[in-house]
Amino acid sequence: MSPEPRMVEVRKNVLKQNDVIARALRERFREEGILAVSLVSSPGSGKTTFLERTLTLLRPKYRVAALVGDLATENDARRLARSGAPVKQITTGTLCHLEASMIQKALDGWDVGKLDFLFVENVGNLVCPSSYDLGEDLRLVLLSVTEGEDKPLKYPTIFISADVAVITKMDLAEAVDFNEPALDRNIEAVRPGMQILKLSAKSGEGMQGFLDYLHKFQSLRPQAASAF
Amino acid sequence: MHELSIAMSIVEMAQEEAELRGNVRIQAVHLRLGLLSGVVKDALLSSYEMACETTPLEGSRLIIEEIPVEIYCSNCEAQRPVHSIQYFCCAECGTPSAEVTRGKELEVFALEIRE
Repeated sequence: MSPEPRMVEVRKNVLKQNDVIARALRERFREEGILAVSLVSSPGSGKTTFLERTLTLLRPKYRVAALVGDLATENDARRLARSGAPVKQITTGTLCHLEASMIQKALDGWDVGKLDFLFVENVGNLVCPSSYDLGEDLRLVLLSVTEGEDKPLKYPTIFISADVAVITKMDLAEAVDFNEPALDRNIEAVRPGMQILKLSAKSGEGMQGFLDYLHKFQSLRPQAASAF
Repeated sequence: MHELSIAMSIVEMAQEEAELRGNVRIQAVHLRLGLLSGVVKDALLSSYEMACETTPLEGSRLIIEEIPVEIYCSNCEAQRPVHSIQYFCCAECGTPSAEVTRGKELEVFALEIRE
């Protein structure tokens, strides 16, 4: 007879491998003075349009680049490249999210020189990306006015994983009877104190407010530890 | 749906542990799953079965302990349960808080082995 089963304690984080790579990336960004900003949202919320506009506005003064994740096609990379910034597509095949190792792989051997800002556009998905740290300094969750004000209540986990909520397509607010106070209330309920920025990448409204926020965040972040 | 790749990581991790202990047979994997981990329990359970196929863990069980969400309440000056996942405030005094102290776990906690 075989002995009774026994319990052994393990206590290991399942995503440890991802977290280790993410930490290394964060360290690398800090040392190189890069501010890494990632974007998550459902498909069709306007991530690519918003990012194209952001890259175009930042490029005259800053060195910027972008990584963009999709299951298939290089369409988004082509669109973003119109901004003139270096862009690299990460195609995930059937994977519904980006992982830290994909960012690392995409950056290795990509000669973009020194950067001030690196943007990472995640695969359009409001569920899976919340589990994966990509080493970013700032995670934006985008939500367009056409999606419904209760989305934060339906997908609280992604809002909790993000730092800033960016409300897009504000130029359509009136046409879709967007209920602004209801959305503010719902975001505040799932993530008290969350910064909310409202804008339209198409009309340009609110874009300056976003750039101001980025600059402020950049100036306040801790610099690489100096040697004593 | 990323539960299959999570399940495969769990199986891989358990297998490594089994090898470290002299190729013991694993009967069950105990997992702590936070309600904010972004992983769905039922999807993970069915993915686990698939991930175990043709591995030494085939036939083993995944036992999931769900971890509730707790926040730090500045008013109570203590860790408190959250009112609900849609309403991040202290369940006891109602003070809002975004400081999550518990509920993001995705951790292989223990293994049931037979030597």
